Amino acid sequence: MVSLLRNQKVRNALLQVLYVGSLAALVLAGIVIARRNLAEQGITSGFDFLYKSTGWDVNFSLLPATANDPYWWFFLIGIINTLFLGSVGLVLATLVGTIVGLARTSSNELAQLLGRTYVDIFRNIPLILQVFFWYAIITHLPTPRAAHEALGMFLTSRGLYVPFPNVGGIAFAAAILAVIAAIALPIWIGRTSRLSQPFGERLGIQLAAAATALTTAAVILALGRLPDLPLLDFPALQGLNLKGGLRIPPEFSALAIAIAIYGGSYIAEIVRGGFKAVGKGQMEAALSLGLSPWRVFTLVRLPLALRAMLPILANQYVWLMKATTMGIAVGFTDFFMIVALTINHSGQTLEAIGILMAGFLAINLSLAAVFNRINKAIALKGNQLRG
Amino acid sequence: MEMVVVAPPAPGRLENLKRRFFATPLQALLSLISLAIMAFIVWKLLDWAVFSAVFTTSGGPEACQAAAGACWSVIAARWRIILFGLYPFEEQWRSALACVAVVVMTALSCIPAFWTGRRIALVWGAGTTLYYLLMKGGVLGLLYVGEEAWGGLALTLFIFITTCLIGFPLAICLALLRRSELPWISRTTGIVIDGVRSLPLISILFTFAIVLPFALPQWLVGDKLYRVIFGSALFFSAYQAEIVRGGMQGVPAGQEEAAMALGMSYWQRIGRILLPQAMRNALPATINQFVISFKETSLVVIVGFFEILASGNAAYGTGEWRFAYVEVYAFIAFIYFVFVFSLSRYGAFLERRMAVGER
Repeated sequence: MVSLLRNQKVRNALLQVLYVGSLAALVLAGIVIARRNLAEQGITSGFDFLYKSTGWDVNFSLLPATANDPYWWFFLIGIINTLFLGSVGLVLATLVGTIVGLARTSSNELAQLLGRTYVDIFRNIPLILQVFFWYAIITHLPTPRAAHEALGMFLTSRGLYVPFPNVGGIAFAAAILAVIAAIALPIWIGRTSRLSQPFGERLGIQLAAAATALTTAAVILALGRLPDLPLLDFPALQGLNLKGGLRIPPEFSALAIAIAIYGGSYIAEIVRGGFKAVGKGQMEAALSLGLSPWRVFTLVRLPLALRAMLPILANQYVWLMKATTMGIAVGFTDFFMIVALTINHSGQTLEAIGILMAGFLAINLSLAAVFNRINKAIALKGNQLRG
Repeated sequence: MEMVVVAPPAPGRLENLKRRFFATPLQALLSLISLAIMAFIVWKLLDWAVFSAVFTTSGGPEACQAAAGACWSVIAARWRIILFGLYPFEEQWRSALACVAVVVMTALSCIPAFWTGRRIALVWGAGTTLYYLLMKGGVLGLLYVGEEAWGGLALTLFIFITTCLIGFPLAICLALLRRSELPWISRTTGIVIDGVRSLPLISILFTFAIVLPFALPQWLVGDKLYRVIFGSALFFSAYQAEIVRGGMQGVPAGQEEAAMALGMSYWQRIGRILLPQAMRNALPATINQFVISFKETSLVVIVGFFEILASGNAAYGTGEWRFAYVEVYAFIAFIYFVFVFSLSRYGAFLERRMAVGER
């Protein structure tokens, strides 16, 4: 026996079995105890509860939701809310971060100072404090009767009311896709066409593509229009409250603003790092080839900086997606809050935690997959020159 | 023939300014826009925070609410609740002293003379013990105060130091396990680390505070505060383990091979060769992680602890100070800023200092 323990191979195998086994035993014991404790409270484990109706409501949803809907529908709503808030926050944070990052890399010292002050202040204050702050600011705005009004929009303590087209949900989504295409197509054409192509000819194709996409959007909106209603629904005061239009609730705007500002300060640093990573020789070479400063920026500096930024940016985006869980602090029904509410109301603790983990794993993995694809697509291929 | 080279006259101050900020029309425009933004913000801020602000509590909340600027009287009236929470009023000097102990401990561990395993452990052990004795009392004639009465800045600091104290050794263990030569050990540890990293911290805190009591035998449940601290330490260690592992990868393989050739045992190799060099490589990222986890202590407000953010909400949330939320949040933000900014500046300083050594 002792000689067997002296054998390195046997010892290693034993160690591994012991390590993995004890971890697995720990998890299993936890599950067994939890199931027994839950059974004592009369909760049957299993995923049957997913088909029961919840009996409570959510305060924000892109899909129709009532208290009679089943749990699985609410989980779906939660995931969509998380993805929606995440992508709005992500776009805004990228916008803020790019502007501040460019200010920090500009040759103007005043702009640099401005960018640096921004980053230093907002990076060093916890995100949740900023969420609370903006939430308090928004909920202390005047009531609908005394609201600020501009361009048909109302800024009130109950949220931001904006005009909204009276069209069906699917038509609206399709129209948004068409508008995105109207922006993306000209860029894509510009990237794929050769530099040797006459500038005017390319511009013509780009304009035609954008016009086609925009017309499609208009046609979709006209076709999907709800009957007997004006095309644009303006919010208007009725009694003590505002009716009509689209209400953006304070929870959502507070989170989106906080994520944009806080995330923007991190992205600004990433942008700055990306531009710093571009060799000076590259720019000097481009200038000496006679390219204009604007073309040096768009054709040399930006593409090279983007390649340096993208892997770090991907991490930051994953982090931003996870930051949407702050929704529970102000009562925005994101995925995590739905899980917490489910545990409170149904007691299906283990199942809900399992769904939570699976959900975030799926979000993380799919984001990582998307960014790996982009990364591979834009990576410099060999050192051949491309037209 | 003698060539006389005359240096161009040194530019005057005005010329210098012109070159720096108004070299081209675009530069001039950028300078003017930046200047305008800065002037506007600085003026508005000064006007709000200083010129039209109320500093004394003499007028009460009513006089304060009428003022156009900030109402700092709310801080003068409620600073104790923000800093110390519900800690007994007579004993709050202990809470303040405990906070000072933590700050001194952190400052000491920033001095390179303390960067040996034994000394840093001594400083942190002594600091945490001192904090715990001061806060909890029950000895040396100090009144006993249970954890449920701790709050404010003191609780934030306690959660931070205990997270680091538990998380750091755990991170080193996880990093060593992950680089183990035994495939099943490294793989399983990798799954644990990546699993924790893929979850948001709030969900981990929630699980440890609310779900874990179901999954533990009665005698192991313990106080909610310590469960949450353990959850936050686990989260910290999963991130820190990857940082330590990165530092280990930066140590040349020859170092370990040389140690093996000298006949050193595994623990000698780890303790004397690998870890000291790995920690040096990992230092900037480690400080960054400390900064992040200090900011993230604020998340415990969600599972119902009375740390500085929650006590701030309470300070303006009730009664006559309801209008003064901006001032309270500004005060808390300032406290966070002082801690986090000094720590991150220190990190940047270390990074520069170490870069000098490598040139």
